[in-house]
Amino acid sequence: MKRLIIRKKSRKNFITYGIVLVAYIALMAVVSAGAMPSALQGLLVPMCAYIIAALSLNLTVGVLGELSLGHAGFMSVGAFTGCTAAMALADSGLPVWGRMIVAVVVGSLLAAAAGVIVGVPVLRLQGDYLAIVTLAFGEIIKTVVTNLYIGIDPNGLRFGFLKPDIGLGKGGRMIVNGPNGISGITKISSLTAGFIIIMLCLVIIFNLVDSHSGRAIMALRDNRIAAESVGINATKYKLMAFVISAAMAGAAGALYALSQNTVTANKFDFNTSILILVFVVLGGLGNMLGSIVAATVLYILPETWLRQFSDYRMLIYAVVLILMMLITNSSKVRMLLAKLLPHKKSAEKEGEADA
Amino acid sequence: MSFINNLINGISLGSVYAIIALGYTMVYGIAKMLNFAHGDIIMVGAYICFFVCSGAGLSPILGILAAVLVCTVLGIVIEQLAYKPLRQVTSLAVLITAIGVSYFLQNAAQLLWTSNPRIFPAIFGNGGVQLGGDLTIPYKTLVTIGACVIIMVALILFTGKTRTGKAMRACSEDKDAAQLMGININSTISLTFAIGSALAAIAGVLLCAAYPKLIPTTGSMPGIKAFTAAVFGGIGSIPGAFLGGILLGVIEIFSSAYLSTELANAIVFLVLIVILLVKPTGLLGKKISEKV
Amino acid sequence: MSKKFLALALALLMVCACLTGCGDSSSSSTASTASTASTASTDESAPEASADGVTLKIGGTGPLTGGAAIYGNAAKNGAQIAVDEINALGGLQLELRYEDDVHDSEKAVTAYNTLKDWGMQIFLGSVTSKPAVATSTEANADHIFFLTPSASSTDVLGGVENPLTETIEIPRKDNIFQMCFVDPNQGSASAQYIYDQKLGTKVAVIYKNDDVYSTGIYNSFSTKAEELGIEVVSATTFTDDTSTDFSVQIADAKDSGADLVFLPMYYEAASMILIQADAVGYEPTWFGVDGMDGILTLDGFDTALAEGVMLLTPFNADSSDEATSKFVSTYKEQFGDVPNQFAADAYDCVWSIYNALKDEDIAADASASDLCDKLIAKFTSSDFSYDGLTGEGMTWDETGAVSKSPKGMVIQDGAYVGLD
Repeated sequence: MKRLIIRKKSRKNFITYGIVLVAYIALMAVVSAGAMPSALQGLLVPMCAYIIAALSLNLTVGVLGELSLGHAGFMSVGAFTGCTAAMALADSGLPVWGRMIVAVVVGSLLAAAAGVIVGVPVLRLQGDYLAIVTLAFGEIIKTVVTNLYIGIDPNGLRFGFLKPDIGLGKGGRMIVNGPNGISGITKISSLTAGFIIIMLCLVIIFNLVDSHSGRAIMALRDNRIAAESVGINATKYKLMAFVISAAMAGAAGALYALSQNTVTANKFDFNTSILILVFVVLGGLGNMLGSIVAATVLYILPETWLRQFSDYRMLIYAVVLILMMLITNSSKVRMLLAKLLPHKKSAEKEGEADA
Repeated sequence: MSFINNLINGISLGSVYAIIALGYTMVYGIAKMLNFAHGDIIMVGAYICFFVCSGAGLSPILGILAAVLVCTVLGIVIEQLAYKPLRQVTSLAVLITAIGVSYFLQNAAQLLWTSNPRIFPAIFGNGGVQLGGDLTIPYKTLVTIGACVIIMVALILFTGKTRTGKAMRACSEDKDAAQLMGININSTISLTFAIGSALAAIAGVLLCAAYPKLIPTTGSMPGIKAFTAAVFGGIGSIPGAFLGGILLGVIEIFSSAYLSTELANAIVFLVLIVILLVKPTGLLGKKISEKV
Repeated sequence: MSKKFLALALALLMVCACLTGCGDSSSSSTASTASTASTASTDESAPEASADGVTLKIGGTGPLTGGAAIYGNAAKNGAQIAVDEINALGGLQLELRYEDDVHDSEKAVTAYNTLKDWGMQIFLGSVTSKPAVATSTEANADHIFFLTPSASSTDVLGGVENPLTETIEIPRKDNIFQMCFVDPNQGSASAQYIYDQKLGTKVAVIYKNDDVYSTGIYNSFSTKAEELGIEVVSATTFTDDTSTDFSVQIADAKDSGADLVFLPMYYEAASMILIQADAVGYEPTWFGVDGMDGILTLDGFDTALAEGVMLLTPFNADSSDEATSKFVSTYKEQFGDVPNQFAADAYDCVWSIYNALKDEDIAADASASDLCDKLIAKFTSSDFSYDGLTGEGMTWDETGAVSKSPKGMVIQDGAYVGLD
């Protein structure tokens, strides 16, 4: 029986890998055939970044079971550090993919460090208090980055806080310019980079969930006291999931920043955190494929199809959001659907079992 | 002197946060949901009052009454359409729906009333009570604090003494048990939303009387700050919301006055974090004993 | 069940979104242009073909929804009036389409790409600075002519040396032009003006720390002030999150004895400062920038509070000259309120592009790149100048910045009066 469950699970995981791979190949084919409109093409890399952010938040909210309202803060850390690294290495002769890797690694490491700093105090709290503290950290990160100045000159990197004059020598270059953020970014991230990071994140998440640690984390989610009573170290496992999640968000941030001309700290505010949370909840807690699909649709939809409604665009988006939540969660609508699709009854049970 | 001035300014700002936080905490305490659309109901209330007072030139009292009426109806409609069908499912689903409602209200307001800012009339006058020297407590601050205290006492009495109020508390303690005792959970929660929205209308009027810029996003930032204030004081606790609001305003003004205007917001949130680490359920929050 | 169903529904929606995204035809939802114009012209039967048979597609992005929507909508409306007027003349016809960027650089690039898919030939850029920095880079790479009404940051144009490092961090984007003053010019012109007119000895500045426009002007203002020996006694900031209460900033200015307060910000924030300063009885000389324009028509604002406010602005809705009053009355008639400088700048953008092109020989299917070359040559040529609502004899050079003289204005009895 146990083997059966595991096999079923890993089959589900392979389906997810497969769908992502097929989607990537299909997108690459359309792009290289030149058949994709530029509006859609320009959205692909940021879309990958939002998918990664949604996956990473799903680890915190779905697997660890803690509500985070400040996830964009980790993206911000990853975006600004990763982008700084890539720009500092611009003249180093490193190939584009090399700089991309450095940026993503630096971004995720520093976001992980931020994850430790935030996680240690935050994870001691419970429920909505934890959520508000993540919100608070998100706002703090935003304010700090808004006042951060980083430049590079032949003597190396220079940092400043609150004051734009950081003593750059001649021939130096401002990278992070306080409220103006980073401008003049060379766009080096690509759909392929996004695809690779998405796959890596999926591998990490699926293996974590199926591992001993993953089961400990989910036990903590389902019943913390019971889990602790059988000797699971709550702080250790919670922090582990939280830091991995922060690192992935950092990678998403680095990927995102390097797909834009400019990034400012304001981009990663409370609204962005909420946007990612919407992807996660709509896609289903703990359901990675769901997060991917939800992030794709909800990111692409308002920017393409809804544009024809001009002024009513965001109003329709809001209605779509409410309706989707009602359709997927209301028992009445569910019953109606169950009548329409009676043969899927067994699937429903399965879906609910691993929720 | 400037210290007392800053204190007065902080209390002025804090009283506005407090009155918004009261509505937040009321809804949270009973329905156990973070109503992110609360800030936008505030905005609707402020617009209604603006149109009655400035547009139609009627008295502010009528404006407040109209705002309360419209917001109460709006709150009930939102609750019936968007929140009620989700009562049995996870609180996260309701949270996202509330965000959807918030987007909806903001965008509907923009389509109806355009994004041009409007300046809310000074319905409580511009003067204040002189304390000697440069010190003045503006009337609007006194009115806001007065309103906070009245509402706070009324809410405490209502939830403590009346039958319906007790039913609300029972709902917040244990929904199933309350239902077994013959309490109609649905109508009790709907009533909570009606009261919460009426409070939002009053908060909207007081917010805009103190800080008169009225745009479709007027409610969102104060909404988030007030939510923070409610958590600060212990979410669900009515006196906690008042205390949290006032403290938040004072901390915000003091940190921008004495530390840095750039970092004021970060300092406010830092203090919040420190307080929650020391008192994990907020200043006046109830300790929750956990069971397996 | 629910999850599977959701995934299915979402996947279906995604397909729909992609398909409609791809199949977006040129029938734009915002363009009321060709048809309305042709009724005015003599040739009613051919809505798109004018005498020359040329219809140019002009696009622009701006915040049409969200907190900054007022600026985007004003620019869109102003541009629309110019397009209608031009189309009524017959001859070269224009089709205008604005896309929403919600004051966000990421969405601005998508909006720009949407316009590109539509077949945009000339770009009115983005209305606000931050998105314009992103779209100008894209338009530069695609070689589409870019003339922004109001995005005033130097990063939009590129090619400006950082005084600290003496390097040019963003190279000049050769097809990018501005209709408004570039930020540093405003900052240093304001400092110069205050110095020349001896308006104040001790100056306080309140600026918006998280805003490119506001910090850009502040930085050049403080540099110039130091150069001229103007004493800046107080410099305080606010952000989006702290833009409700200004008591600390006002008290700081007051306590440091400032007799002039410089407000490099948009008018809705400035109006709050004026109201709150009035409440504490602080009455210095107020000095604003072009973003201050609009304060007099703010619904419900007591214009008495703005009495004596000085600002450098290129546009004055109360001006009695014929062009302005005609524009203002048309705007009021069509959109119900008084136009601000964003509307006027956008109006000027469309007209100046039209003036630059009207005598040129343009093929009906002229590529954006050809038009771009023509427009760059025309705009930078020494004999091209344009008289519009926001200035007379405006000229441009290779830097992309406009050269026009800022008008010093002072508010008296609820109206602008020119300063000399």
